[in-house]
Amino acid sequence: MHVEPPVGSPRSLEEAYGLLASAPHRPLAGGTDMLVQLTGELGPAPERVLDLWRLDELRGIRVEGGALEVGALTTHAQIRRSEACAAHAPTLVAAVATIGAAQIQNRGTIGGNVMNASPAGDTLPVLLALDAVLVAGGPRGERSIPAVGFWPAYRSTALAPDELLLRVRIPIVDGRRQAFRKVGTRRAQAISKVVLAAAWRRDPAWRDVRIAFGSVAATPIRATAAEAALEGAPPTAASIDRAVAALLAELRPIDDVRSTAAYRLEVSGRILRRLLEDAS
Amino acid sequence: MTIQAPAGRPAAPTPGHATPLPLRREGPAKLTGQALYTDDLVFPGAWYGATIRSTVPHARLLAIELDPAFDWGRVAVVTADDIAGRNVVASIAEDQPILVPVGGEIRHQAEPVVLLAAADRDTLREARRLVSLRTEPLPPVFDPLASTVVFAHHALVKGDVEAALAADGVVVVEATYRVGHQEQLYIENNAMIAIPRGDGGMTVHGSLQCPFYVHRALRTGLGLDDAHAQVVQAETGGGFGGKEEYPSMIALHAALLARRTGRPVRMIYDRHEDLAATTKRHPAVIRHRTGVRRDGTIVAQDIELVLDGGAYTTLTPVVLSRATIHAGGPYDVPNVRIRSRAVATNTPPNGAFRGFGAPQAEFAAEMQVGRCAEAIGMSPLEIRRRNAYRAAGVTPTGQVLHDDAAALEVLERAAEASEFDWVRARTAAERAGRGPRARTARGIGLALGWHGAGFTGSGEAKMGSVASIELTGDGRIRILTASTEMGQGTKTIFPQLVAAELGVDPDDVEMAPQDTSLVPDSGPTVASRTAMVVGGLLVHAARRLKADVEGRTGRPFELSWRDDARDHGPTRIDERFSPYPGRSFDDATYSGDAYPAFGWAAAVAEVEVDLDTAEVTVLSVVAVDDVGRAIHPVLCEGQVEGGTLQAVGYATIEEIKLVDGRYLNDRLQTYLIPTSLDAPRIETILVEAPFEDAPHGAKGVGELPMDVGAPAVVAAIHDATGAWIDDLPASPERIIAALAGIAPPGPPGMSTVSAP
Ligand SMILES: Cc1cc2nc3c(=O)[nH]c(=O)nc-3n(C[C@H](O)[C@H](O)[C@H](O)COP(=O)(O)OP(=O)(O)OC[C@H]3O[C@@H](n4cnc5c(N)ncnc54)[C@H](O)[C@@H]3O)c2cc1C
Repeated sequence: MHVEPPVGSPRSLEEAYGLLASAPHRPLAGGTDMLVQLTGELGPAPERVLDLWRLDELRGIRVEGGALEVGALTTHAQIRRSEACAAHAPTLVAAVATIGAAQIQNRGTIGGNVMNASPAGDTLPVLLALDAVLVAGGPRGERSIPAVGFWPAYRSTALAPDELLLRVRIPIVDGRRQAFRKVGTRRAQAISKVVLAAAWRRDPAWRDVRIAFGSVAATPIRATAAEAALEGAPPTAASIDRAVAALLAELRPIDDVRSTAAYRLEVSGRILRRLLEDAS
Repeated sequence: MTIQAPAGRPAAPTPGHATPLPLRREGPAKLTGQALYTDDLVFPGAWYGATIRSTVPHARLLAIELDPAFDWGRVAVVTADDIAGRNVVASIAEDQPILVPVGGEIRHQAEPVVLLAAADRDTLREARRLVSLRTEPLPPVFDPLASTVVFAHHALVKGDVEAALAADGVVVVEATYRVGHQEQLYIENNAMIAIPRGDGGMTVHGSLQCPFYVHRALRTGLGLDDAHAQVVQAETGGGFGGKEEYPSMIALHAALLARRTGRPVRMIYDRHEDLAATTKRHPAVIRHRTGVRRDGTIVAQDIELVLDGGAYTTLTPVVLSRATIHAGGPYDVPNVRIRSRAVATNTPPNGAFRGFGAPQAEFAAEMQVGRCAEAIGMSPLEIRRRNAYRAAGVTPTGQVLHDDAAALEVLERAAEASEFDWVRARTAAERAGRGPRARTARGIGLALGWHGAGFTGSGEAKMGSVASIELTGDGRIRILTASTEMGQGTKTIFPQLVAAELGVDPDDVEMAPQDTSLVPDSGPTVASRTAMVVGGLLVHAARRLKADVEGRTGRPFELSWRDDARDHGPTRIDERFSPYPGRSFDDATYSGDAYPAFGWAAAVAEVEVDLDTAEVTVLSVVAVDDVGRAIHPVLCEGQVEGGTLQAVGYATIEEIKLVDGRYLNDRLQTYLIPTSLDAPRIETILVEAPFEDAPHGAKGVGELPMDVGAPAVVAAIHDATGAWIDDLPASPERIIAALAGIAPPGPPGMSTVSAP
């Protein structure tokens, strides 16, 4: 890269917080988003970079206190290989398996995907659907932010500039089922045109329904009207019809370089219908 | 892969089929990273060059403004005022400026206006931001159907179309097809380095297909004579037509900066600039009206074809010729009317891309034949059997086909290898039994095509290409041609052909570098002409060399050439093209032998369509190509596989959207081509129906597979879903619109206008 801003390489979180408090730094994890931006061609390059790669505290996957915890620096490849993720968050495994290709998965991190805050970030709808909580830390201490409020606007997050994302916490829920579907232009190395993640329980009525989409709005979103149409309803064709109708009424996708509003809307409805039929 | 002689004909003689086949000449260097592409070449003291382009589609250039706060002494600035020769990129018409002058007209986004060079990239990047263009907007034209600027037009008439369409018992089928841009996406971006010479001349090293095109452009733009312009091809990472003409522009830019600075200047495009500014496959709108009898006989074709040339003429008239002549497809139809025109729009100029107008025209023709078959309830295979050209068939230009018209052979081989009838019966049964909640649908599609080998019409006769072989004084055999290696195999098959004639090992034959100061002008490396035309010249030259040497030594060449070189000194044979006997074309009446020969191709594709998302998986393609003679079957198969995959991309996903005449898909993040995971299983069958007037029978293979892949895939999508997708790419957005009955995306290739 031609633009080479100064890089801080802390060896502990404390050191990292110190650097963040001293001057604005842009965190760097795997760099798979950042390096594309560093050329300065697609927007201003950051003035200072904070390389997180040595912060082993931010790595690792564990089950603790009824939740699956995934460190922000955990790579997509590590998530793909994790038995704990496969057991408790199979949709997260499915999502990271679609990100880029092997090289990107070896380097790219879940924290980078979350913090890049792209409406097409493939793990984001999964985190919404699984009621994930994002744990941040900074000079003022740690705090937990529910995924549902984490991406307030296009490409922005709830974190302050001097905070880091530390880990993702996904509550483990008995009897919860999950599904994931990504629609891209080709079979690998494709940014989503529509991406859907869902979670629910059945008793046999629909319970705790979470339906989340990416690439259909300025941020990843929950389809709350579709969720409401199902919540407590019996698993019948009529309830599925109502949920799909509610979805079509609440989504407002746009035309862009990758797809059209009409396609996104139509396909969102079709893949949700398929998912609910399969789950019924 | 199998190689089959057409039925009833003995297998072609295949002296080049040495076992084992020679490795690709440049392969080891490429594999081990030793090959030197343009950006790998080191010229001490070289500066970096950059191009400032327009950012509006149509405007008058009022002024070029340099920020006075910057120290411009650190940077070389070149504008149109600094051009010593004529401010045109020499091509067919001389309408495209090297740089738009102040007061001149900007005709597209990405049009070069100012050139900068600096010692380092950071200075260059800083300086680029400090140049601004003051312009006065002019109304842009984006709709090719509304454009009144016509680059070229043709009307081909055979028989009486209107009478045939009105006759009793004739079913008339009408449809309009639209295809968008396609990017060549060679692996190496465009790149040029210009080195000023002490004698006032200029040497250029670069990634290019046609050294003498660049040479001519340099002479015109810099006002140089032959001897003072020198063009050297560096190792070139793919071209596909994309390095046929634009390298002339880049070479001129590098050379102007080199002249200004007195230093070598490197003009290396990054992928974004390459995608945003260089030529693409022409978008087209093609209307068909076809008359077909219930017995499957096609009695009339009325075709109107419009190519969008973009802002300047470039190669568009020649692309239009090929599109026009191929527009009816490989069918012998008694009444044909083809009216065609190529027009200007305020978009970057379109140019050469593998197929050169034929893929657009043949997509429409093949979809239309499929529609006709459906209209009369006949199988797509049977209707093609009935109408395909046979020997003695007459084309719309009046060309009488010879014995090598292998349309039926390739068709039958493809049908047999793909079990077309059987699979189609199965997909029909699946379609009939499909419930409303089916997840996927399978389909099979067939396409037949033809591709004129070599230049269109009188092009080859006018070009008068020369290829040479030299037996040097120190006993080396050297081939001298301007034909470039871009990964397709020129450097491998030429020595093979010459070695086979001389009775020596291919490794005994050297290739001189593609340097205009060393080699004769054997024409551009385009139009699938290298193996057929230049290869043919080399075979003739080798025969003459052999006769000369054997005449002097009285011994077989392979035993005596070293002695002959020692005793007699060097021998050089220059072989100049002379028209193939009995073949002629009249430009004035646009009639006669449009091509020396045609290659023939059939493709059968099987697809699976996801009925929820309309994503298409191309499962397999059987590709049968008549190449005249497969000089190197492995390389030949590589050409068919690559061309087929490029056609699959064209058919399904490759698309450029435009707003205000600017490409939106101008990065690899947004211009997507198939990956290895998207590639179908490709079964290649090579057929050899030799071109009798070429000494080695070759007809060329480069473009042929590109013509048939897309219509086969889209026909398969139709078989799977019942939907006719008339626009390319047949993207999920277009398929879902047909399946769900919602509005389809706008026409491919046509710019929209941004909201004010
Ligand atoms: C070829 C290619 C293909 C891709 N395909 C996909 C795809 O299919 N789907 C998809 O979703 N994405 C894709 N991406 C995007 C990218 O790979 C992912 O978003 C990845 O997860 C980013 O992780 P990273 O560690 O590389 O982030 P980085 O690039 O290091 O950082 C990304 C952003 O997050 C911030 N950041 C990172 N970590 C932290 C932290 N702990 N705390 C605070 N801020 C932080 C950085 O400052 C930066 O703004 C692709 C990228 C490429 C280059």
